[in-house]
Amino acid sequence: MFEGWDAVVLARAQFAFTMAFHIVFPAFSIGLASYLAVLEALWLWTGREVFIHLFNYWLKIFAVAFGMGVVSGIVMSYQFGTNWAAFSDKAGPVIGPLMAYEVLTAFFLESGFLGVMLFGLQRVGRRLHFFATLMVAIGTLISAFWILSANSWLQTPTGYAVNADGQFVAADWFKVIFNPSFPYRLVHMVLAAYLTTALVVGAVGAFHLLRDAHLAAARVMFSMAMWMATLVAPIQILAGDQHGLNTLEHQPVKIMAMEGHFTSHPDGAPLILFGWPDQAAGKVKYAIEIPKLGSLVLKHSPDAPLAGLDTVPRENWPPVAIPFWSFRIMVGMGVLMMGLGLLSLWARWRGTLYQSRLLHAFALAMGPAGFVAVLAGWFTTEVGRQPFTVYGLLRTADSASPLAAPAVGSSLIAFVIVYFIVYAAGLTYLFRLMASPPHHGEPGPSGKAPVHGAGIAPAAGVAAEGAVR
Amino acid sequence: MTGILDLATIWAFIIAFAVFVYVVMDGFDLGLGILFPLFPARADRDVIMNSVAPVWDGNETWLVLGGGGLMAAFPLAYAVLMPALYTPVIAMLIGLIFRGVAFEFRGRATPGKRNRWDVAFAGGSLLAALAQGIALGAILQGVHVEGRHYAGGWWDWLTPFSALTGVALAIGYALLGATWLVMKTEGGLRDRAYRLSWFLLFAMLGAIGAVSVATPFLHVQYTQRWFAWPNIILTAPVPIAVAAISALLLRSLANKWDYQPFFLSLALFALSYAGLGISMYPYIVPQSITIWQAASPASSQLFMLFGVGGLMPLILGYTAWTYWVFRGKVRAESGYH
Repeated sequence: MFEGWDAVVLARAQFAFTMAFHIVFPAFSIGLASYLAVLEALWLWTGREVFIHLFNYWLKIFAVAFGMGVVSGIVMSYQFGTNWAAFSDKAGPVIGPLMAYEVLTAFFLESGFLGVMLFGLQRVGRRLHFFATLMVAIGTLISAFWILSANSWLQTPTGYAVNADGQFVAADWFKVIFNPSFPYRLVHMVLAAYLTTALVVGAVGAFHLLRDAHLAAARVMFSMAMWMATLVAPIQILAGDQHGLNTLEHQPVKIMAMEGHFTSHPDGAPLILFGWPDQAAGKVKYAIEIPKLGSLVLKHSPDAPLAGLDTVPRENWPPVAIPFWSFRIMVGMGVLMMGLGLLSLWARWRGTLYQSRLLHAFALAMGPAGFVAVLAGWFTTEVGRQPFTVYGLLRTADSASPLAAPAVGSSLIAFVIVYFIVYAAGLTYLFRLMASPPHHGEPGPSGKAPVHGAGIAPAAGVAAEGAVR
Repeated sequence: MTGILDLATIWAFIIAFAVFVYVVMDGFDLGLGILFPLFPARADRDVIMNSVAPVWDGNETWLVLGGGGLMAAFPLAYAVLMPALYTPVIAMLIGLIFRGVAFEFRGRATPGKRNRWDVAFAGGSLLAALAQGIALGAILQGVHVEGRHYAGGWWDWLTPFSALTGVALAIGYALLGATWLVMKTEGGLRDRAYRLSWFLLFAMLGAIGAVSVATPFLHVQYTQRWFAWPNIILTAPVPIAVAAISALLLRSLANKWDYQPFFLSLALFALSYAGLGISMYPYIVPQSITIWQAASPASSQLFMLFGVGGLMPLILGYTAWTYWVFRGKVRAESGYH
């Protein structure tokens, strides 16, 4: 099997597959860890029981999602070596330390405090437990910092030199870490994680409001999620625009592919809304376009010249259709998210936030929109940097391990089978948890409602909470 | 280049430390999975899982540090070894996936399907342990390197020797798991763990003996390293210490001192690990690539050394705190699920 296949194509397929399945979990757990920290802070601050119920409700979901993120992440950290050995040898001295810092500053922090966060409330008391929750939340953000720095360096490498062995070596670590695309990518991704989580929380809230509009916990989570969508979706669209301008400056070929600009436009480029990019023919078929708008968006001037892929040697073209379409899917999701935020604002102002079935149905349908947008965005940026692993410097074809196609193909099939079993089960459990309404005395992952435990929690606090009910 | 405390040597010790911490921490963790089929009762299984549920994730982070650190500090070794160990590494990852998700999934599954995740936990743990042991043997026997690439096939790793090290490591992990249960449980569960520990200790000593006898036949360098004068002054204490620790372990098992067997088993692992270090040093890919040849540039190793120096005490501190929070015997009613 796989005789005659291209091992590099199989290795790319494996990376795309395992990465796509991995990335949705960090995207969700970055946002959810912060949300849990907010919920616990609100509980400690206000003493309102609804917040600890929500905390325990989402903590169980977090535990399942986090576990799946961890195991799929270990795969990623070894895949650089198994399938991309030449890349690891050459780029390891630069991106290896960034990932090592991710482990040292983030993974240990998250995993070290996760146990206490999940199971330790009764053992350590509220303050230390909140500290543990906070450490997990901060850990997820630090993790995003390093891994996006590493990814951004591969997109826009700076601060490096090349040694006698052909390895990239750091000449200036500050320039390596804070490479030109990093700040934009970090903001864009963290906002995406927050929006993704908000949409999931909003959808779960909407689902339970559709069944019972008076459910207090569902109201609270729905309202919080809709505030998040209202406020963050427009900021995200702005951040995405800035990220795009940064890409135009540093990776113009990626923008050409995203826009479908096969040909140069010396006096103002159109904005192609839809069409069918034909790589071989070098044009977008059946294009629906708005003249001059492309230049207006990218250059803020309708007549500004924009170069096309005809100025780039064909061997340096990315496969245009994928970034072209994935970019449109991402933008479409972003517009829908802003629409949901605005509609919820309108309903809030009208006083129908908890009654509007239309809004709830819309929010429910938008539950997976964040994941779709995250995946589409990653396909845009990763496929858009092809055919390079280190942009402009190291070709993907020169990055792979010296492995025969049957080895890579077999492991790909193994991962596909394993992931489908594990993810099918995991999603089933996640949906089951989300489908049960958050209720009074919601148990945590330990199977107990912490407020009822003896433990170290002061008795006065427990009594006070009883009163708040 | 070959000073006692040059950067590459420091990093070799750091990576070796990370791998060792991984081996002992995830070792008992995987060992529990290997022993899982011997404890069919639901209540026992819940206690076993709960004894490690708060810390398993932290334990596996050391594996990520080992892999990530190897890529960062010795990229050439990482680039050569990973393709050479392709199948065992993939098998290990798949094993870790199944046993990792089982922690949450078995608590979430409907009672009828819980057994599937028990099987996944046991099977995944055993698969990961065997794969790690096989990878160790494959490294020791050396891999075919040309230039800066692995040049062998994708089944080169499979030899009688690597099969032996695979089984040996699984036995060692099972011993760590059994002595962990001795320390963390009580009643009938602990009694059975005691009986298992006896059996597994002798099995492990047999495995250590077999690997020790087989290793010198792999390369003449290993023989010289262990038996040539004056090295033997330094190497002879290792087997003597193994015998002494084993005697102490037997005594603690006989006297039912709950806490000692686990830590003495860790000491056995430490000695075996030191033995491996003696055999391999200064090679990182035995007989092909030394730590100096594989080292990433000083700028990379120095940059990370700041991080390790500053953060490792902190990491060890809060890891120890987590173990402290969840100290003591695990009882059935303190179930996490």
